[in-house]
Amino acid sequence: MTIDCLVLGAGQEVGKSCVVVTINGKRIMFDCGMHMGYLDHRRYPDFSRISASRDYNTVLSCVIITHFHLDHIGALPYFTEVCGYNGPIYMTYPTLALAPLMLEDYRKVMVDRRGEAEQFSNDHIMECMKKVIPVDLKQTIQVDEDLQIRAYYAGHVLGAAMFYAKVGDAAMVYTGDYNMTPDRHLGAAQIDRMQLDLLITESTYATTIRDSKYGREREFLKAVHNCVASGGKVLIPTFALGRAQELCILLDDYWERMNLKIPIYFSAGLTVQANMYYKMLISWTSQKVKETYTTRNAFDFKNVQKFDRSMIDAPGPCVLFATPGMISGGFSLEVFKRWAPSKLNLITLPGYCVAGTIGHKLMSGKPTKIDLDKDTQIDVQCQIHQLAFSPHTDSKGIMDLVKFLSPKHVILVHGEKPKMVTLKERIHSELGIPCHDPANNETVSISSTLSIKAESSSMFIQSCSTPNFKFLKRNLNDKINSKELSSKEGGTSSMFFRRRSNPHVKHLNRNLDEKFDSSLSCGPELEVSDDRVNEGILVMENGKKTKVVHQDELLLLLGEQEHEVRFANCSPIYFGSLDDTHVMDCISRKSLWLSQLSSKLSSELSDRNVQNFGEYLQVESFTLSICSKESCPYRTTNRIENESAAAFYCCSWLVADEVLAWQIISILEKHDLSST
Amino acid sequence: MEFTCLSRGGCFYFPPCHMFEVCGFRIQFDCPMDFSALPIFSPVPLDFYVISDEELSTHPGNGSFNLENVSEEKIEKPLDVGSLIKAEPWYKIINNLRLWNPSFTDIVLISSPMGMLGLPFLTREKDFSAKIYATEATARLGKMMMDDLIAMHMEFKQFYGSEDDATPQWMKQEELELLHHALKEVAFGQDEADLGGWMPMYCAADVKDCMKKVETVRYGEEACYNGALVIKALSSGLEIGACNWTINGPKRNIAYISSSIFSSSNAMNFDYLALQEETIIYSDFSSVESMNDILNDTSGPLTDNLTALSSNEETLANLLSDPAESVGESEKLSFICSCAVQSVESGGSVLIPINRLGVTLQLLEQISASLDYSNLKVPIYLISSVAEELLAFANVIPEWLSKQRQQKLFSGEPMFAFVDLLKEKRLHVFPAVHSPNLLINWQEPCVVFCPHWSLRLGPVVHLLRRWCGDPSSLLVLEKGLDAELALLPFRPMSMKVLQCAFLSGIKLDKVRPLLKVLQPKVVMLPENLSRLINTNTESFTVFSYSEGETLRVPNLKDSLELEIAPDLAMSFCWRKLQQGNIDIARLKGELSLNCGKFKLLAENAHVATDQRPLIHWGQPDLKKLLNVLSKMGIEGSLQQSDAESSNVGVIRIHDPTEAVIEIQESRTIISVADKKLSARIFDAVDSVLDGV
Repeated sequence: MTIDCLVLGAGQEVGKSCVVVTINGKRIMFDCGMHMGYLDHRRYPDFSRISASRDYNTVLSCVIITHFHLDHIGALPYFTEVCGYNGPIYMTYPTLALAPLMLEDYRKVMVDRRGEAEQFSNDHIMECMKKVIPVDLKQTIQVDEDLQIRAYYAGHVLGAAMFYAKVGDAAMVYTGDYNMTPDRHLGAAQIDRMQLDLLITESTYATTIRDSKYGREREFLKAVHNCVASGGKVLIPTFALGRAQELCILLDDYWERMNLKIPIYFSAGLTVQANMYYKMLISWTSQKVKETYTTRNAFDFKNVQKFDRSMIDAPGPCVLFATPGMISGGFSLEVFKRWAPSKLNLITLPGYCVAGTIGHKLMSGKPTKIDLDKDTQIDVQCQIHQLAFSPHTDSKGIMDLVKFLSPKHVILVHGEKPKMVTLKERIHSELGIPCHDPANNETVSISSTLSIKAESSSMFIQSCSTPNFKFLKRNLNDKINSKELSSKEGGTSSMFFRRRSNPHVKHLNRNLDEKFDSSLSCGPELEVSDDRVNEGILVMENGKKTKVVHQDELLLLLGEQEHEVRFANCSPIYFGSLDDTHVMDCISRKSLWLSQLSSKLSSELSDRNVQNFGEYLQVESFTLSICSKESCPYRTTNRIENESAAAFYCCSWLVADEVLAWQIISILEKHDLSST
Repeated sequence: MEFTCLSRGGCFYFPPCHMFEVCGFRIQFDCPMDFSALPIFSPVPLDFYVISDEELSTHPGNGSFNLENVSEEKIEKPLDVGSLIKAEPWYKIINNLRLWNPSFTDIVLISSPMGMLGLPFLTREKDFSAKIYATEATARLGKMMMDDLIAMHMEFKQFYGSEDDATPQWMKQEELELLHHALKEVAFGQDEADLGGWMPMYCAADVKDCMKKVETVRYGEEACYNGALVIKALSSGLEIGACNWTINGPKRNIAYISSSIFSSSNAMNFDYLALQEETIIYSDFSSVESMNDILNDTSGPLTDNLTALSSNEETLANLLSDPAESVGESEKLSFICSCAVQSVESGGSVLIPINRLGVTLQLLEQISASLDYSNLKVPIYLISSVAEELLAFANVIPEWLSKQRQQKLFSGEPMFAFVDLLKEKRLHVFPAVHSPNLLINWQEPCVVFCPHWSLRLGPVVHLLRRWCGDPSSLLVLEKGLDAELALLPFRPMSMKVLQCAFLSGIKLDKVRPLLKVLQPKVVMLPENLSRLINTNTESFTVFSYSEGETLRVPNLKDSLELEIAPDLAMSFCWRKLQQGNIDIARLKGELSLNCGKFKLLAENAHVATDQRPLIHWGQPDLKKLLNVLSKMGIEGSLQQSDAESSNVGVIRIHDPTEAVIEIQESRTIISVADKKLSARIFDAVDSVLDGV
């Protein structure tokens, strides 16, 4: 089985995130973003690559949106309302609540201000949002019979989530954008450790490692404070949601602490309305904000007021949050035009600006003039402060996440190519995980897990979970176990061929009994080990479910009779020719010999348990007895030189103990007991 | 699997409690507090004078009589306010629960805020170590209810002075003897046998400690207990945060259905489709409770019209989501509103001591709208020590609310009307009746929402004392409460009383369609319910249970699902059996149990060696064996010993060395002095047998 991963956007670039993943036949679209830097067809992902016939409803199982940023959701109304996708769309509650604001804001900028032809209307946005199924964090959602998805907290912005998707045994995570360190209003990304075949992660800061946030925050506050103290105006171009709230909390706190009275403005009703949403979605914010909301909601800003267009040229210092970020147009551009020429004023720029925006131009070098279009030129005299904090994880965070999840494969998206290549090498070399960084419209195929399902008998499971004690290195207690003797069946052959139908259990019981009997004599020398042996037998019958059974159940299952295959051998052995052996009767001589053999073997085979049952010795399945028969069928030589000092020993074993058996035989062959 | 119903509960505020064992784990469902005996206590008296005065008149045992005389000669007085116990009340926990050692409980599942009120009694036991699961919202609401309970109880403590831990005076045998028989019946059951389970109120530290032990989950979140059980909470619709549970273990998949409401106006709807499991524990007693009244009138079985239930999925789904239910509920609320408006118009006040968050939130909305409509400007008060926290909380939990409420969030409106009411200063929230702000703002007539529904605790007691004589005022009570006894301390009552039954579970006529949709194999039904609905025609087995009895439910399957890791699966050596269509392999690995699933993983240390079959079966064909041997370059001859069977005999090997293969009915013995040859002969024998 394979997982095919078609990157429609954000491949080796930032913008229009869109990855279509096919897992075991289920196709999921992760994010449906638009590119802010383009105005032509390159603005949207090339959806036709999913389905040439443009029948998206049959080829896609679902669409998952990770968060409300336009480069992750911007193309969604176009995809649903214009391209006609009708299937399920999943996003978190905050994303669903805030996405329409973002989309509508963007649409207005495009249509009303730039006068572009409308890509989608307000109705489209509303219709599109009706198709969305909101999800909660960690909630396991069964999209259809086979496809399961789950959202995990991602930090980044309110409601941002990483998504886990599972089809059969194949599982993957798509991170969207995430932040591994908590900030003022959001927590850090959080995910469970899981078995993953694939991790698709963003890599905006693939090579950056950031220092403490505290210093960066102080720098920002100092810049703002200095500016307003000297009577300047501060323009903070941000998107209405996310950074705006974070910076607002920061400033509001600082204003409170420093007892500043200079007004902080929000440019549009949009941000004010957004704050209302933030208040209701408290459970998605950071722990600290959550804990204090009953006494004071962190989004009730004390020093923040609404801004009116007429106040642009009003005298006196102020701080203004204006949309959109990156000064790509709209109100922030309008204000920028007016405020940029003054040296007193300050413009703060976000950590990342898409190529083609004014923000990007301001970031690259320190231009004094900016050409807006061929007729307009802006004189830039103001101070520029680049915000060094970003809601994206840095490279350490990415590495930490990859290491934590240890997926079988990693795909990098949402980053800049050279940096991604560096990170790719690191992941490959440091973590040993194959890593890919496909470009847009490329497909990466990786193999996925397919485990075999079987029906297992309870006996097998039980045998696996019962401890399998072994008692090692103990002195053999020569005392005859009367219990064993009495229960033993008569006849020579039966003692040879003792059936050990359940070796583990019997072995265990016997050992336990003996442990009890001989605990006084050899207690301290007992060494107990618990090696769980999980052995079973897999039975696959045509047209039936594969079964796993315990060895003892197999014959019953097959309806067969066991046919035991044993090895046997009967060889001569020489004992010391002590005089008194003559006097002894046959039986006592036998038992004397046996105990001699027993102690001999015990000392040679220190890791085995040699047991003496009076009439025979046993080591695992190997049994040995003194053979007094005239002609034994297993005898290879028939000559014995000294009848009183030598005897035949008959032994028998199962194939499992083949090595052991030959070892014992060679011990007995080599060693002449008469010499000891 | 063993299931024991500890208590069938009583009403919305007293959910059932069960104990049940599965896969070797003991799980307790809910841990409610039993308020049924609370009415035997007197509410906090107005002052000491009253109490000492009445004490004298109601305790004839003080002086000249001895006990025997009293019991023989005394003709019991009618029940009056003096009969009530004037002491700090104790509370009851579920009596049967005391028979179970709390240290052996592994898991406690809490289905609703009401189901956790008794939890601090349990968690303060020394050996309690179970993991408690509750939804985030239930845990928060439950905590608030417990905090409120403690705050309200504090009034008694302050009045009577704190007692030491010793058994209170009223509990002494001779005092109990003097108790009015009606009260005895309430407190100790009809046969007065139910003596146990009395507990003094827990303290704030107990609650704090208890909450530390609660693991919170969201709807649909999979919590994995000990690798063996996957536990999931799914919305039940009864109240915000209330849930049903599914428990998936390696041997069994269980759904626990508590009281549920199909379409709720505040809480997220009953998510019944997620409960399609093999085994269902049905624990919604509400239909049985409400049936008890009706049952007396109807003699015929109620199930007649249901026997021809269609199995069409769509019809069933329609039947279940029938809007009639919620329409009926909103009609009830409208009726309350109209009564409230009438009272206010006639200059009276309205007192609503209902502790259901859902009902309160809705009544707030509807009453304020009705007052608007009638152009009445009267204040609405919400008085409780946790009222402010409660409202703040309700406004930040869209994930737990019904679709309609969520829609308000998505369209940018506040989810509840109280947000605007607070802003417009029409709704006032106070922690207690004696709050300074309340005294400043107080206006009558007014509408007051306050606890406690038992009319023994909290602000309701004081307001009831104030208004009980006012015939134009209105008291809204919930049905199920013994109004006679509850109102005893407030006699004579001139106040109007409206008792209203709110929907608190699955209606009887929906039980069968629901089970039909869920398609379980085994259903455990309360005894009374299984008698009421005809389940003979259904495809599932019904086990009916009753309070205090342990039910054993046999296992459905002997085999368990096992997943074999792909890398392990690659290493198998398959062997085809002689009969042809069975393949067989020996497997060795590490068994792991994770998320209720058994997995067999490859052993790290294990190096795959070509293992020889350890077990054989079948009958070896001697000729075939000789053939195989000669192909291997081993020459031998057959020495038939038993002429009867061609399968039994001895093969003597001459070349390369002497050896014997003795083939018997059920065993073959290979006897060779040479190690290598014996291994080769074994291979030959193996090839003519089946083995693994």
